[in-house]
Amino acid sequence: MSEERTDHQELSPTQNHDGADVVLRAVGISKTYGVTRALKGVNFEVRAGEVTVLFGENGAGKSTLMKILSGVETPTAGHLELDGEQVTLASTSAAVDRGISIIHQELNLNPNLKVRDNIFLGREKNSWRGIDYAEQSRITAEVMERLEEPISPDTYVQDLRVGQQQIIEIARALSTDARILIMDEPTSALSTAEVTVLFKIIRELKRQGVAIVYISHHLEEAIEIADRAVVFRDGELVAAEDAADIDLLWVVRTMVGRDADYDFREEPREHGGVALSIRDVSVADPISGKFPVDHVSLDVHQGEIVCLYGLMGAGRTELMEALAGRDQLAGGQVLLGEKDLRGTGVARRIELGVGLVPEDRQRDGLIQMQSVGKNLSLASLSSWVGGGLLRRGAETRAVSGQISGIGVKTAGPEAPISSLSGGNAQKVVIGKMLLTDPTVLLLDEPTRGVDVGAKGEIFSLLFQQAQKGLAVLFATSDVGEALTASHRIVVMSRGRTVRSFDPRTATREEVMAAAEDSTGASPGAPEALSTTGSTNGAQG
Amino acid sequence: MSTTATAASEEKSPRFRINIGAILMEGRALVALLLIIVIFASMNDNYLAAGNLATIAKDVAFNAIIALGMLLVILKGGIDLSVGSTVGLTGAVAGNLFAGVSLPLTDAVMYPSLWVIVVIAVAVGMLVGWINGLLISRLNLAPFIVTLGMLYVGRGLTQVLLGGTNITNELRGEPGLNNEGLFSIFASYPLGVPISAWVMIALAVIFSLLLTRTPFGRWLYATGSNERAAELSGVPVRRVKTRVYVFTGMCAGIVGILQIANIRSATADLGNLYELNAIAAVVIGGAALSGGRGTVRGTIIGAFVIGFLTNGLVIVGVSPFWQTVITGAVIILAVATDQIQQIVQRRRAHARAVAQAQKDSARRGSLESKETS
Ligand SMILES: Nc1ncnc2c1ncn2[C@@H]1O[C@H](COP(=O)(O)OP(=O)(O)OP(=O)(O)O)[C@@H](O)[C@H]1O
Ligand SMILES: [Mg+2]
Repeated sequence: MSEERTDHQELSPTQNHDGADVVLRAVGISKTYGVTRALKGVNFEVRAGEVTVLFGENGAGKSTLMKILSGVETPTAGHLELDGEQVTLASTSAAVDRGISIIHQELNLNPNLKVRDNIFLGREKNSWRGIDYAEQSRITAEVMERLEEPISPDTYVQDLRVGQQQIIEIARALSTDARILIMDEPTSALSTAEVTVLFKIIRELKRQGVAIVYISHHLEEAIEIADRAVVFRDGELVAAEDAADIDLLWVVRTMVGRDADYDFREEPREHGGVALSIRDVSVADPISGKFPVDHVSLDVHQGEIVCLYGLMGAGRTELMEALAGRDQLAGGQVLLGEKDLRGTGVARRIELGVGLVPEDRQRDGLIQMQSVGKNLSLASLSSWVGGGLLRRGAETRAVSGQISGIGVKTAGPEAPISSLSGGNAQKVVIGKMLLTDPTVLLLDEPTRGVDVGAKGEIFSLLFQQAQKGLAVLFATSDVGEALTASHRIVVMSRGRTVRSFDPRTATREEVMAAAEDSTGASPGAPEALSTTGSTNGAQG
Repeated sequence: MSTTATAASEEKSPRFRINIGAILMEGRALVALLLIIVIFASMNDNYLAAGNLATIAKDVAFNAIIALGMLLVILKGGIDLSVGSTVGLTGAVAGNLFAGVSLPLTDAVMYPSLWVIVVIAVAVGMLVGWINGLLISRLNLAPFIVTLGMLYVGRGLTQVLLGGTNITNELRGEPGLNNEGLFSIFASYPLGVPISAWVMIALAVIFSLLLTRTPFGRWLYATGSNERAAELSGVPVRRVKTRVYVFTGMCAGIVGILQIANIRSATADLGNLYELNAIAAVVIGGAALSGGRGTVRGTIIGAFVIGFLTNGLVIVGVSPFWQTVITGAVIILAVATDQIQQIVQRRRAHARAVAQAQKDSARRGSLESKETS
């Protein structure tokens, strides 16, 4: 404790003139939610022209501190100093007025409004004729250009994929010309290329003297952009270092308290017969008439963990949703074992053993008004029915077992789901599907917003289940994850599966290159994929 | 981390706020109810007389039964404006069946037996609900519009069936036709309590089991708060959405029978405005019109509030015009209190937390000074 304190002292010279570039300082901040103490007397500072990166496990209190800095929440104790003066931020608009903007971890967009109206919601550009839509569109287009993202200001947000929505969130924050910009996991749904663009913008902003706070569970990425690294554990700031002095190992050790690196490449693998057979499947987009999934064929075997790697817009989510029975196929066939799944809906497929952990947990995964326990049990209620009524004892036992089994940090099954941190909420969505006892589990970006320690836990859970015969197909845009946590990597690009890799021999570069390069799709590829799959052979 | 063990042990087991909140919320309706009773009882001695209580019980029961159906629809995030008309319609159908159905192509007139009539009437209510439900869940039409339309259709059909007159004498039935007994059964007082109150109790028990102890109940709450997530969790969303309207229709049918037995006549305006009283009861009982929140207990208490209030106003001789004004004001007041209470509660929790944090930092301060010394 005392050692860390001296660390911190060195870096935050409060009295002398070195602190001149400290623009925002949080002093002794505590925050309590009911019995949960999210922050316990944290001292934290933000400096102009620097990127301060926050590390910490799920529920460490990172987002809570950011919400306080941006006027979303008021601290239970402690205060904020802006340019050396004590301030109270009563609301987000008060914060924006003072030049503090935040990109929230969870998407906060109005799906029924256009991109431009979302960006200017609450601070509309007015002219004498009312809202100046032309001006709003112009600025929106400008920001989009800066983000190198071809999204029209007139698109409705509901028609955008999660990744694109995240870009809109970034655009909204950028358009405020903030001098303190807080980014709480801005890249969890972005592709590598988009992250590169974002980093370019961040560097630009730095040069202009903007202070940036950055949170991400993509540790390497975060270390790359960091000037200073701050680590949180259990609501306390436990370390603050110059980025030059740290590395991945240090970050992981400090935030988790142990080495949490995971690598499942050498796990024994025993694959049974084909569990899920995707044959020449196409999915049409009713609005654009295009095919986000275009003649995809792929077999997933019992006990096999297949990673579907690809960039945003590669069609992974569309494929997953079609497999789960949410969308109709435009062509092709999906077989579960021997059974053709044609004509079956989501509910029936869950009964048959195919479950999906959706990409957007807020919108598609969680019932916000209900407790952790009721969320966990929702998909498998029928299995606890006796005489028409739910056997609550059995349900509670299963739910409690699952909470400890997958390590959800919560006050208990009765706690409201909205009290969980992002990563823990994600675990609940996964746990809900595992409770249905699936034979095929589909996961769309399952580690979005999950900390390193928990990522490892989630994957080891999947590998354990795979040992018992579960077939897993998960989509990710994190190459590291693809390489260390799968039996086979299938790369998807522009609606097609383009190549397949054995993670034991593949390199990051190869895999990433395959995803970027859609011309690599050859007509023979699908067949090649199925065969390499069944033999677990080398690359296709 | 969430609850660190220390936090839990330091603050002597504070229970979850949601539970306290839920209890207070129903408590608010209960307090309102007690207030109403005390005020009117002190103003008029007859208010709590057995005879008047039976009258209140009947009114409360009719409203509560409809409100139970309405609760399900509101939990789903919908609304059913057609229930009042459906009460009228089922009453008219039953009335016509008592009067006898002339079979086509023959001179014969068929007189269904009492229980057949009851079943048919309730089935008609369910059919109306089913049509509402299908239009809403399959065609994705707005519940407000569909059931508003059905309100007109139902009332219109009632008038068609009654052809401008009331059916009164025929309800008594005729010996030998097996259709006697409407009054002696459906307007009876087992153990001195009106039968409608017994029906209300039975339905309240069934509905509360349905909501808390069956998958359907969970599915309903889930669908009401996040339909997309519910669907992806395998909840048969469309079936749930259709079924809630069938339940309201069923409740309306039951009230239709009970009401014609009660007023001994099937009239064209039977059940008029019932939908509004039912919605008021559900809302006073703490349900959210946006769906996903509400309980059977709250709804029943809500119905009692309205019943005791309306009757009290009559008995102390408030003019009918002012009765309406006061009833409306009480509804708004009840819901506003709910909000105010939540705000106060939040403030108090915040104050408690601040005190705790101060204690913490004091302790931390002393620890630190020890460390440095
Ligand atoms: N509105 C709330 N009500 C109750 N508890 C809350 C609320 N918001 C956050 N918490 C709790 O506060 C703690 C800190 O949460 P926070 O969201 O700050 O974590 P985090 O570090 O951002 O985690 P993650 O990496 O998962 O996003 C968690 O234990 C969480 O459960
Ligand atoms: Mg967070």
